[in-house]
Amino acid sequence: MNQNLKKINIYSIYLGAFILVLPIIAFFINAFSFRWFYPQLIPKELSMQAWVRLKLIPREGSRTLEGFLDLWATNPTVIKALINSLTIGFVVTIVSIIIALPAARVLGLFNFKFKKLIIFLMVSPTILPPIAFVLGLNINFISLGFSGSFFGVCLVHLVPIMPYVVLTLTGIFANYNPDFEYQARTLGANKFKTFYLITLPAIAPGMVVAALFAFLVSWSQYLLTFLIGAGKIMTLPLLVFSTASSGNPALTAAISIIFIFPAILILFFTSKFVSGESSATSGFGKI
Amino acid sequence: MTEVNIVNLIKNFSGMTRPAVDNISINIQNGELIALLGPSGCGKTTILKMITGLLTPDNGDILLDNQSILSVPTEKRNVVMVFQNYLLFPYMNVNENVGFSLKMKGDDPKVINKRVQEMLELVKLPDIGERRPKQLSGGQQQRVALARALIANPRLLLLDEPLSNLDAHLRDEMRELITSIQKKLGVTCMFVTHDQEEAVLLADKIALIFDGKLQNFAEPKEFYEKPINVSAAKFFGGVNFIELNKNTNYFDSSIGKIISNQKNVDELHSKCIATIRPENIKISRENIYQDNFFKGKIKSVIFSGTHTRYKIVINNLNLECSLQSLGIQNINKEDEVFVNLPKDKIWIMND
Repeated sequence: MNQNLKKINIYSIYLGAFILVLPIIAFFINAFSFRWFYPQLIPKELSMQAWVRLKLIPREGSRTLEGFLDLWATNPTVIKALINSLTIGFVVTIVSIIIALPAARVLGLFNFKFKKLIIFLMVSPTILPPIAFVLGLNINFISLGFSGSFFGVCLVHLVPIMPYVVLTLTGIFANYNPDFEYQARTLGANKFKTFYLITLPAIAPGMVVAALFAFLVSWSQYLLTFLIGAGKIMTLPLLVFSTASSGNPALTAAISIIFIFPAILILFFTSKFVSGESSATSGFGKI
Repeated sequence: MTEVNIVNLIKNFSGMTRPAVDNISINIQNGELIALLGPSGCGKTTILKMITGLLTPDNGDILLDNQSILSVPTEKRNVVMVFQNYLLFPYMNVNENVGFSLKMKGDDPKVINKRVQEMLELVKLPDIGERRPKQLSGGQQQRVALARALIANPRLLLLDEPLSNLDAHLRDEMRELITSIQKKLGVTCMFVTHDQEEAVLLADKIALIFDGKLQNFAEPKEFYEKPINVSAAKFFGGVNFIELNKNTNYFDSSIGKIISNQKNVDELHSKCIATIRPENIKISRENIYQDNFFKGKIKSVIFSGTHTRYKIVINNLNLECSLQSLGIQNINKEDEVFVNLPKDKIWIMND
């Protein structure tokens, strides 16, 4: 009985994974097919047409190294959006961690009045729908001149990101013993070396997870970029939406693949820090 | 190789009604091993933290070789602390842990390697350099922590409860190791503990602290034989207390006249308290004593190996007496006995 239950559990996990992966398989078929319509079970012919239209792959006949370089030199929209998304993601990730570190240290190590309230306020952007605050922010950003600027978009991305980063790092600091720092100080390490040699290795797994959250939340931001960017800052999610509404499934699928690929890549390299056994996620219960 | 002077040290914490450290002065000679002894929360760890520079005193001064260290940052004081839970850096192996302070000084890696090997041999763990702290036992971790502290040639070595995390059989071994290394290197050393046994076993002198106030700073023996007050006596296992009224050349008590050869009788108040260690009380069926003898009754007899403990009651006063089990007289429960409090062993103090 128990054995059977175990088997059912395992199969249900496989089924869940399959359901999650299925649409991605459909993306791949769509992206490399030509006019794949109902009731065809598989596409009649494979084609690179979508990629050619996105100006990522040159037309047939000029698919040489030179051809690729010439095409990319024209600075296609997809590449521009990709670079924008990556740059915003990296900037926002680094800035959010720098801001969150001191706050997380205090929240993780000390108990004080209204701590629960402060944590609640910090988490509130994850409960509040973005549309509720972004319209108000937009008015302020316009009057401050941040609207339509790279700076403005980075700033507004910090709003949904900070809760994840602060909470993840707080969990790390809840498991952290600051006496290690005092020990290093009495052994002759100055403040900088203490942070670099003692604190940083201890919180590194948590920082990786926090960075992962920060980057992925920024990466998938549509509404905030759309409103604050005022159409001047084109990122991948904006491109996905506009392409999807144009109604070309192959094109949409191709862009979607470009959109999800970096996320999967990052997840792949950081997954060991997110698992239950790692110290990065085990401190939450102590906050 | 340092003389340490703690002068009128005061530290207040917000939310505490009394100072955590209340006007404490201690002088430590070069190469001495000192214990700060007191119950938890008495301020002893606060003193250590002020010496290392993790806390700043509100008043007073800390001098190493007559130079104040209060304005010197922690990392330049060369005062090394060994924490109770050892705190070996988990991301470094034993060699890297022990060599940490030399690396911070910027020494040549070859010199560091040589010194690390020397230190590990000194703590009798020469072959574990490549291991990680997690792979070591508690006793080994403490030795590595000790080696890591000593390699820096500290002017003052601080130990936080050095024996309390160890098993009974390891305590003796560790005690010997600490005292032998400390004497060999001549390093001035100070440790805090709440365990009077640990303090007595290790220290040359003990500073007893209650509620942030220094009670007494003296050699361990004195705390047993000449405690400064009742709470100090109780902390060192004192159980026998007799309330006295001072007279010209004797003392009155509820059990009768008590005489003593104590020298400092002039300093005693009119109401004072006598104490005597259980091992110093004598009992006998026949009256063979000249003075300070009282008739009492045995309430209970507890055999505890080398010693046998008797609870005696004299006129509602309870006393505890401990005799060597070997060659003991035949004294049983409910027996009437003569109890002698030898006048050279009784100690009288102000409360």
